[in-house]
Amino acid sequence: MAEARERHGWKWLLCTPALIVLVAAASGPLMIVVAYSFLTPGNMGGVEWDFTLEAWFRVFFRRDIFDPDAITLNQAHLGVFGRSVLLSLQTTLLCAVLGFPTAWFIATRPPSSRTLWLFLITIPFWTNLLIRTFAIQEVIRNNGTINAVLTGLGVIDSPLQMMYTDFAILLGMAYVFLPLMVLPLYAAMDKLDFRLVEAGYDLYASRVQVLWHVILPLVKPGFIAGSILVFIPSIGAYVTPRVLGGGRTMMLGNLIALQFGQGRNWPLGAALAMLMLIIVVGALIFYLRWANREEARNV
Amino acid sequence: MKRTIALGAAALLASTSLASAQEVLNLYNWGNYTSPELLERFTEETGIEVTVTDFDSNDTALARIRQGGHGFDIVVPSDSYIQTWIEEELFQPLDPEIVTDRDNIAPQWRDVDFDPGREYTVPWAWGTTGVIVDTSVYSGDINTAEVILDPPSELAGRINVIPEMSDVMALAIYYHGGERCTDDMDLLRQVRDTLMEAKPDWLALDYGAVDSYAAGDFAAGIYWNGASMRVRLQNDDFAYGYPQTGYPIWMDNAAVLADAENPENAMRFINFIIQPENAALISNFARYANGISGSEEFMDEEMRDAPEIVVPDELVEAGRFGQACPQEVNDIHTQIWTELLQ
Repeated sequence: MAEARERHGWKWLLCTPALIVLVAAASGPLMIVVAYSFLTPGNMGGVEWDFTLEAWFRVFFRRDIFDPDAITLNQAHLGVFGRSVLLSLQTTLLCAVLGFPTAWFIATRPPSSRTLWLFLITIPFWTNLLIRTFAIQEVIRNNGTINAVLTGLGVIDSPLQMMYTDFAILLGMAYVFLPLMVLPLYAAMDKLDFRLVEAGYDLYASRVQVLWHVILPLVKPGFIAGSILVFIPSIGAYVTPRVLGGGRTMMLGNLIALQFGQGRNWPLGAALAMLMLIIVVGALIFYLRWANREEARNV
Repeated sequence: MKRTIALGAAALLASTSLASAQEVLNLYNWGNYTSPELLERFTEETGIEVTVTDFDSNDTALARIRQGGHGFDIVVPSDSYIQTWIEEELFQPLDPEIVTDRDNIAPQWRDVDFDPGREYTVPWAWGTTGVIVDTSVYSGDINTAEVILDPPSELAGRINVIPEMSDVMALAIYYHGGERCTDDMDLLRQVRDTLMEAKPDWLALDYGAVDSYAAGDFAAGIYWNGASMRVRLQNDDFAYGYPQTGYPIWMDNAAVLADAENPENAMRFINFIIQPENAALISNFARYANGISGSEEFMDEEMRDAPEIVVPDELVEAGRFGQACPQEVNDIHTQIWTELLQ
């Protein structure tokens, strides 16, 4: 017994290199970001080691630049947060709506061809994100594929303005993140016991009822995992909004980049980055608690 | 398997020892800015192999060099940042024994404010930020920032502005008659209001837009002169304008880093790029002027008298060198910029 425990203890040691890398590479930089958010901006970038809460204050409030005594909520920053969160939620929803039928289609193929379909889903990952984004640009720009076809068919006279709109951003985001929704959904459906679906039909459930009361609850873990996987990278998305949205409005990622670049205010950038982390962790906790409660109710 | 790894390791060792036997130079420069022909010619003449690493902004370059351990010999920052580099002692003075031809620098660039007497730097390339207009869409005067900041109806909704805070702020401040780093709050308020009113007429704030202009996505914009020239070469309806109220001039300058590992090679490279026939290679590649006297005759014909490169006499005076504004002023600019893009 003791021997077994000892052996077990030794095995645990095998994890330590990985743990050290994870701790050092994840929490080390994070600590630096936290520390920087409480410092004073240095000359031309960098920080001075003087403690201040100014950066955190500036995240939420602003002194009017033309009247320093007037303190108001920082609507510019809050507007950017709001837009980023909204866009991420829309992306997640759109991916769920598009991903569910796709995953269902794959899960209901014969096992031999499923591999092929899954393989096809992962193909976009082979190409760099930036290149895929520019590819979408070619399709939807004013003299791009869609407009050329529509004009050629005589459906429209002048090109539709699709580039540089919110539609373009959403399209690009959904395209980029869709596989992250399909794969966990497929994983959940793969384990689905189809006898339960048959049982539902045997008990005279309609198609909608089977979908709503049998299938959806069973694949919910897939939805949750997929939503988390899509939501988190969406909130920090930088390239897609910039290229397809034309940079007319900022996302959280762009706002943070501005502070580290031309804004030369690293503490404010660090505080904004921390806030983004807080939003993500908050969303995660919300999802997990909600999932647990649902599970407890079902049991 | 083991043998493969051992062989691989041996090959790796062999290649590194070969590389160290050869003379090298590490250049840290803006992306897509270094003529491969220039490097080939330098290697032919000197036997020194040059490795180029890209940076994408002055801030990135400064942050990376400040940290140390970078391994670079030469860096090419813009004029407005040079003083910071010099003050922080990140450069070493040019060695007059090796850099013998500083007289090749054109007179107006020889004694500049950011590096009096050219003690540390030599010109790499210089250019202007102005406006570009599709003259088939709008035929009025284009030597004004008004086409962007208070656009005529033909151009409204088809404008692209480069997402460079410093360039856009500078044009707007000059438009209202201010100095680059003014702390005149009334004037800055007007600047903000002008930008806020103009923005609904802007379609995008996009960098890599040469083909988007040429293809007709945009009809006007704030743009750099070299890029505007590339647009015109694709679509000759486009013309470049120099706003009379003032437009930014910038110059990127090569300097040897204080902690360069190959300082002698670096000095030789500095002297190499200020030879007219070599400086012309920089211009032919990047499509910007270079500030070296006599380089024109080695330039591509289409560049020699291009209206984007040769500033019209009556508009030379309106060009102004940028400067990095003090942190308080820069903070105000950032806030206006954030408000503009919220």
